[in-house]
Amino acid sequence: MAQIKRPDGRKFEEARPMKAKVGIVPNANGSAMFSFGDTIAIAAVYGPKKMHPQHSQNPEKGTLRCNYNMISFSVNDRIRPGTSRRSTEISKVTEWALEPVVMIDNFPSMVIDVHIQILQANASTRCAGINAAAMALAHAGIPMRDLVSSVSVGKLDKTLVVDVNKYEEDWEDGEGATDIAMSFSSNNDELNHIQLDGHITSKELKEAVKMGREATKKIYELQKKALKNVGEEIEG
Amino acid sequence: MAKEESNREIVIPGEIVVSGEDYLPGEGTEKKGKDIVAMRYGLAEEVNKLVKIIPLSGVYQPRRGNVVIGRVENLTFNGWVIDIGTAENAFLPLTEVPRYVNKNELDEVMDIGDLSVVKIWNINKRGIDLSIKSRGLGRIDEGMIIKVNPNKVPRIIGKEGSMINLIKDNTGCNITVGQNGYVWVNGDSVEKELFAKKAITFVTEKSFVSGLTEKVEEWFKKEKGDKK
Repeated sequence: MAQIKRPDGRKFEEARPMKAKVGIVPNANGSAMFSFGDTIAIAAVYGPKKMHPQHSQNPEKGTLRCNYNMISFSVNDRIRPGTSRRSTEISKVTEWALEPVVMIDNFPSMVIDVHIQILQANASTRCAGINAAAMALAHAGIPMRDLVSSVSVGKLDKTLVVDVNKYEEDWEDGEGATDIAMSFSSNNDELNHIQLDGHITSKELKEAVKMGREATKKIYELQKKALKNVGEEIEG
Repeated sequence: MAKEESNREIVIPGEIVVSGEDYLPGEGTEKKGKDIVAMRYGLAEEVNKLVKIIPLSGVYQPRRGNVVIGRVENLTFNGWVIDIGTAENAFLPLTEVPRYVNKNELDEVMDIGDLSVVKIWNINKRGIDLSIKSRGLGRIDEGMIIKVNPNKVPRIIGKEGSMINLIKDNTGCNITVGQNGYVWVNGDSVEKELFAKKAITFVTEKSFVSGLTEKVEEWFKKEKGDKK
């Protein structure tokens, strides 16, 4: 692929236009919206509240419980509502991405519920979900060491690109597409979560992580701005 | 509000509030090397080199000595289970009621669904213990309950009760503010109570404006002028 631009005209290290807004669910303790182009995720945080049933309480530290759900109209072919194998996996992965920063030890035998809804999907939904969830957790006043920013890096044939969309995710030319979702603690260079789907060499993977880190810095600025201006939609 | 508090700023978790060896980390902050780093979302405030974060959102965190308003959830053989809007159950034992109660007649003091002003007497691993052995505590029989954001309760009370006294004087209502965000307004007429409610809503909307007490005074003058 000897191109200088991507199918939708973006540069290789350019993410889709992003939007963020904090405070969108009035009944929740904290809530946020985050979008990458057509991918829109909203997150609502409830709690800390008492864990029910009692046998799943952990008296040593609290529990972070994430629930990722794609709404049936979020994609072109209607998806069956309710939990699926995929959504259960992404819920768990989101928990793991956020757990290192949330100071869960302060809430023994309690639970913090994070509900992530995907309103519209065009790839990178888990990254949008994690970004929204991190903002919602902060908005809910939960003690956190840091904020989490997430982005996906793809490999189209032999080129590394930031923030893949659906068209690029289904790339079939040459070596095909590789999709790597990753999350970082924003203020220190810690990698919280990484998932890889496809083929990649270790050298390229290192390059991809570096690219992802650069992209998340921009996302972090947007999240920061949205949290400081509650109720306003911030574009970037 | 005093002038030196005007340099307050919203901070987000992980953000460096100030940098320097001589600052002390207060509530909601941590020291990392030279920097004071925010550990939660809120307004950062620095007083005499002590940096702390005033929460803007989140659920009510119970503290010992807080006066709160709760609803009776259940009766047990030796007390009442009261919902005060916290994750933990709050329990009011019979021994913390200032008069003799027959064990079979707990419902005569408070029944399920009754609202009550209670004081947090102790917090332990098992839960929260409550007491009504003080003046002004006990079952609520009349008046109106308003729910506000618990993080705005300090604004409604004001410095040494300045704001709440202002509202009380101007509306002629008796007002009890629970730290958990429930406000009990009790006046002679519904109109007075509604006026007090309007005033409280005004305060919660205009919170974090400096010189709020003066603004509320003005607001009262305007509102009363309109009525005449």
